[in-house]
Amino acid sequence: MIEFQLDTVSGVATYLQLVQQVHDALRLGLLEPGDQLPTAQQVVAKLAINPNTVLKAYRDLEREGLVRGRPGQGTFVMRTLSGADSATQARFLAAMTDLLRSARSAGLGPDDVEAIYRTAARGCFAEGAA
Amino acid sequence: MSAVVEAGGLGKRYRRRWALADCTLAIPAGRVVGLVGPNGAGKTTLLQLAAGLLEPTAGTITVLGKRPGVPAQLRAVGFVAQDTPTYAGLSVAGHLRMGGWLNPDWDGELAERRIRQLGLDLRQRAGSLSGGQRAQLALTLAVAKRPELLLLDEPVASLDPLARREFLQVLMETVAEHGISVVLSSHLIADVERVCDYLVVLTASRVRVAGDTDALLALHHRLSGPRRAARPYPASWEVIEESHTDKQTVLLVRTNEEILDPAWTVRPVSLEDLVLAYMSQPNDAARAGRPRLEIAS
Amino acid sequence: MIRFTWLRFRTQALIALGALVIIAVVLGLTGPHLADVYNATVVPCHRYNDCAAVLQAFPPAPDRTILGLMNDLVIAVPGLIGIFWGAPLVAREFETGTFRLAWTQGISRTRWLAAKLGLVGAFSMLVAGLLSLMVTWWSGPFDQAYQVRITLAVFHTSGIVPVGYAAFAFALGATAGMLIRRTLPAMAVTLVIFAAVQFAVPFWVRPHLIPPVTTTSALNLGSVVEWGSTDAGQGNGGDLFVLTQPDVPGAWLLSNEVITPAGRSASTEPGTQACGGGASTLQSCRAYLATLHLRQELIYQPASRYWALQWYETALYLAGALLLSGLCSLRIRRRRPAGGDVRRAGRPTDLQNRPRPAPSPQSA
Repeated sequence: MIEFQLDTVSGVATYLQLVQQVHDALRLGLLEPGDQLPTAQQVVAKLAINPNTVLKAYRDLEREGLVRGRPGQGTFVMRTLSGADSATQARFLAAMTDLLRSARSAGLGPDDVEAIYRTAARGCFAEGAA
Repeated sequence: MSAVVEAGGLGKRYRRRWALADCTLAIPAGRVVGLVGPNGAGKTTLLQLAAGLLEPTAGTITVLGKRPGVPAQLRAVGFVAQDTPTYAGLSVAGHLRMGGWLNPDWDGELAERRIRQLGLDLRQRAGSLSGGQRAQLALTLAVAKRPELLLLDEPVASLDPLARREFLQVLMETVAEHGISVVLSSHLIADVERVCDYLVVLTASRVRVAGDTDALLALHHRLSGPRRAARPYPASWEVIEESHTDKQTVLLVRTNEEILDPAWTVRPVSLEDLVLAYMSQPNDAARAGRPRLEIAS
Repeated sequence: MIRFTWLRFRTQALIALGALVIIAVVLGLTGPHLADVYNATVVPCHRYNDCAAVLQAFPPAPDRTILGLMNDLVIAVPGLIGIFWGAPLVAREFETGTFRLAWTQGISRTRWLAAKLGLVGAFSMLVAGLLSLMVTWWSGPFDQAYQVRITLAVFHTSGIVPVGYAAFAFALGATAGMLIRRTLPAMAVTLVIFAAVQFAVPFWVRPHLIPPVTTTSALNLGSVVEWGSTDAGQGNGGDLFVLTQPDVPGAWLLSNEVITPAGRSASTEPGTQACGGGASTLQSCRAYLATLHLRQELIYQPASRYWALQWYETALYLAGALLLSGLCSLRIRRRRPAGGDVRRAGRPTDLQNRPRPAPSPQSA
């Protein structure tokens, strides 16, 4: 079962963060169809946030068709997000991690890396943007 | 949804000073309500009126549809006062027994389970518990009577950050598990932002704004624009706050219309800024919120 | 709520009972001895005609000390109950803020108060009653020897009045605590008012609980113990004074006056050479007094009224206790301000201390 984190300084609404984390987990293959998401009770017991926030996030995900809530049982993953299979994801995760490590030893900080990423992403995905 | 706390023109006066004045609220059920404002604003007075510890000087208040303080209402409302009073010489177990004797709907098993989860020693006297443990004990006592509404008066104000976090975790878990409504007062905006989905701002004994947090955030915008754009504002705007430099005007505006004027840069407002803006409004409630016209130099 | 009140009061109750047990042991060990001495010396004193001397020596010194102690204890205990059990009963809850916990449970305030007053009040009466019972039993020989139990000095140290005193003092303390809301001031007020009441009642109320007996009879010259004139020496002028020892054994004497046949005090008669002058003697004075046909007026409560007075006085105090309890009960229904917000020092990231934006300017 995944564990949610909360970033209080980013200014992003809490429920959006939860949705985003589920998306990420689906992409990375950490969540697969049939897996159960933590109950609202479990989430708030750790994060100390309003249960309605969790329910709102799960409702959004249900509207996207990614999860489904079964009364009395919990919320379960229905499908993954489109994208490469988990093996490919894992391969690129490993490659990215190595790249970041060498960047760090070369003296680049997180902001530098982000700026570089953004520039590259703009150049790469903009041409083929859907 | 029915209102869990309804107040109409509620006021409370001590000798010559009005601790709370002209308070009209309809707090919906099933929410975690944050009651914010500085000390002395009337938060404690409002909560104690709702708990039946005080009697109104003016206006009315009903809680769960009943008058506060009558036994029928007392059993459905849990109250934790500021500084979480407990009987210093009485053990944790003694407090639980008290709860069982004095509350008809007491859930002893729930109480014991929580105490176990919290790791409190049943035989320890309440006086020797830490602040955080006492707060947790008080919360347990309030929750184990299976209320429909919890009223918490600054429950975490005197706790260290870890104890504060643990308290809120337990509180939220309780809300998720039992679906009770909560009204908690605080002067710590960060906590309110985290757990509350309904906001009431109280300053100088008056309610400044009350509403669903998401709705309030959607309604308010921070507008900044060049100085010359500060001319009569659209009628649908309610200017909560404005400040001018010689080159720039910054407004905090409440409106449900889209802001189309390209002269303005529109940014969302944080909850903290929203609360602060309402808190710095003038005391005259009648004038509050009306768009102010700038007098040209 | 009764069970909870007992839970909180338990320790104090056990301490009180422990003290009673100790006292019971002391009295139990010395009581029979006192009775033996009484039977051995005082009972047969009439036969040997030395009662005066015997009574002087009775009770023996150690018992006398214990008697004094026990009397002091019986006098003190009701006041102590009022101060230590009555005053903090409600005041402590106000001081510590625990009333905000107690009044938001599932029972009404009236029930809460009734349980506290009822349980602790009843226990107070029990303690005072047991103590008085033990002391009265123990000092039985003393009472029989001296027959003074109705008099001012002794009346309040035995019988059932201590129960009434305890109930009243307790109720007084509780009321003071309820109105003043602080324990120490309530204790002080309780002490002062209770002391005042305990001083006033024996002098101004008890004599009238039952209309006292008034008798007027011819002056028995044999009962005159002192006579003379107020300006002794000259014998001419000055007022006559006559002091008598009346013969009403065991009674509580309220007034003892020698009056003239006209009904005025004997001191309205002038002193003479015969009575008060340098040349006066017992015979000359007696002869003179006989000519005046003086009468003796006694106002007193006879010894037989001891129990009647005890019951009346106890009832009076109990009524007072009930009245005060009723007052408390009425008061607790009126919701009083529970005090303003607790003032705090500022905290980081709290709204109190955050610099506020300046009020919007009216002009550029």
